[in-house]
Amino acid sequence: MGQTMFDKIWQDHLVRESQGDTSLIYIDLHLVHEVTSPQAFAALRENKRAVRCPGKTVATMDHNVSTRTKDISQVEMTSRTQMEALSKNAKDFGIKLYDFADKDQGIVHVIGPEQGLTLPGMTIVCGDSHTATHGAFGSLAFGIGTSEVEHVLATQTLQQNKPKTMLINIDGKLGQGVVSKDIILYIIGLIGTAGGTGYVIEYAGSAIRELSMEARMTMCNMSIEAGARAGMIAPDETTFNYINGRDFAPKGADWPKAVSYWKALASDKDAAFDKVINIKAEHIKPMVTWGTSPGQVTSVDGVVPDPESMKDPVERAAARNALVYMDLKPGTKMTDIKIDKVFIGSCTNGRIEDLRAAAQIVLGRRVAPGVEAMVVPGSGRVRLQAQKEGLDKIFTDAGLEWRFAGCSMCLGMNDDQLKKGERCASCSNRNFEGRQGPGGRTHLMSPQMAALAALEGKITDIRIPRPTP
Amino acid sequence: MQPFKTHTGVAAPLDRVNVDTDAIIPKQFLRKIEKAGFGRHLFHEWRYSDYEGTKENPDFVLNQGPFRKATVLLARDNFGCGSSREHAPWALADFGFKVIIAPSFADIFYNNCVKNGILLARLKSQEVDEIFAFAAKNEGGAVSADLPSQTVTAGGRVYKFPMDAFNKECLLKGLDAIGWTMQFKDNISDYENKMKSERPWISRV
Repeated sequence: MGQTMFDKIWQDHLVRESQGDTSLIYIDLHLVHEVTSPQAFAALRENKRAVRCPGKTVATMDHNVSTRTKDISQVEMTSRTQMEALSKNAKDFGIKLYDFADKDQGIVHVIGPEQGLTLPGMTIVCGDSHTATHGAFGSLAFGIGTSEVEHVLATQTLQQNKPKTMLINIDGKLGQGVVSKDIILYIIGLIGTAGGTGYVIEYAGSAIRELSMEARMTMCNMSIEAGARAGMIAPDETTFNYINGRDFAPKGADWPKAVSYWKALASDKDAAFDKVINIKAEHIKPMVTWGTSPGQVTSVDGVVPDPESMKDPVERAAARNALVYMDLKPGTKMTDIKIDKVFIGSCTNGRIEDLRAAAQIVLGRRVAPGVEAMVVPGSGRVRLQAQKEGLDKIFTDAGLEWRFAGCSMCLGMNDDQLKKGERCASCSNRNFEGRQGPGGRTHLMSPQMAALAALEGKITDIRIPRPTP
Repeated sequence: MQPFKTHTGVAAPLDRVNVDTDAIIPKQFLRKIEKAGFGRHLFHEWRYSDYEGTKENPDFVLNQGPFRKATVLLARDNFGCGSSREHAPWALADFGFKVIIAPSFADIFYNNCVKNGILLARLKSQEVDEIFAFAAKNEGGAVSADLPSQTVTAGGRVYKFPMDAFNKECLLKGLDAIGWTMQFKDNISDYENKMKSERPWISRV
């Protein structure tokens, strides 16, 4: 019997096999940010413990940095305290830090890949659930809590129960206007927000092989929204081409050695998965969420569903709550929903390719009256690249704001927030109650459709022909 | 960490699915650099009717009679989904919760609770329904959880929950996880030495 890619990576990282169901696995890369790490460093100090491998630990500031200014004195006091704590911790424990002022600072899941820190076959953790992003390279990457952050800092290992494996095959050709965000929203709608609980999902099939690295990252990123511990995609030429030449990528004689190791990672043809799901790419349409959970999603040509038609009483109750919070009536066409704000950015869709796609939509047009739209690049490098290509000008000419890098209104820890009752077309990852600001209402969609919503002032089907500028 | 063996307390029913960690502890309270004091902001958006948290929302279960002193939380599917923030179990523990009963929990949240000595009892949906019904009939009625026998007792009925052997030992002994791992530091060094030759491209920062 062959092995899955997950099995191979797991096997290669076992320091000590199972105590009951729990094994000790080695962690190759530990990413750290300012919100989930201060208590871990404090505990290390308290117990007089060192960071075992500072060279395998990289820190950045992203969650509560300002996207309006690089002047830390302008930042709200408690956020500033957290950022200063990370500076001190990185200095005291000898960890590389991309701080708020660094030109390469950015969202932890954007800078890892773009620096070439994220490599196939690695185990990667971070005190952040969207760590699953890095699985796009064929690594095992997952989010952990602060106690586990402390554990990895001290030991470079984690005690883990071996998860089950799920294979999701997406074969065929994606329809016009359908992008990787739509695939992952479709999957979450299909298997539910707890459908992946206890599993690591491998995405495969011809539609996945066609995707760029950025698009693969979007998919793996939202695996957590399906409840999965991690998402992963087998590395191929697309992966190797993306990595080659990046700052921390293998160089010289290490490169061919690494590539041959990476090529052997793909799941064997006869590998057995605990669960297999097959999806036809042609069935996927552009998707939009209507509720307060990413599983409450429909195609853009659909309508807000009627909770009373739902058979499962728990699902029905959840839908009723969601429609009250979202102030939506059953039967409303998704494309009749007006929006107040637009957010383009986040670890899900804040990469250069996402910004290019959004810029292409808004080129030569104007944001609808009354709509506020912002573009927040995922990192300093993404911002710089976009500026080189003139994307910033396209956005600002169209009336969108152009900001500095950070997590921003994906979770509204800084001052980028929705006000109570405001409705947002967002290419982020969570539409939870209050996620983007207390009382704010979120509709998740692709960056292309978020950009289009900004122009039209309402949710709009990307497939319908538009006037050329 | 405090060891957990048994606990009996008032069970508060929180009848919603997919309760995410943003709902358990909203982001505006994550800016602290300490672990203490999160309980006041537990379920903030539901518990208070104003942003500042000065006016209680009387419709929310934890603001009602005996549930103010609840130490057992009855929940629905996929409790603790979303963000990995350990501030969620810190807030639950700081409020006083020792046991959470639900048909399913999100993976990261589950691990975070074990690390904080909170017992998560995963029961079948139908069993959780029965305990919800018990809590509705006997407002403030006590529910017990016993870790050695892996059982929950409510209204005279006993329910068995699964728990892996290692997590059970951690909870029962209040184990320092890092201390436990440190006994294998030679294994870790051996692994690192082996990797230096097998995968030399790792670790270049």
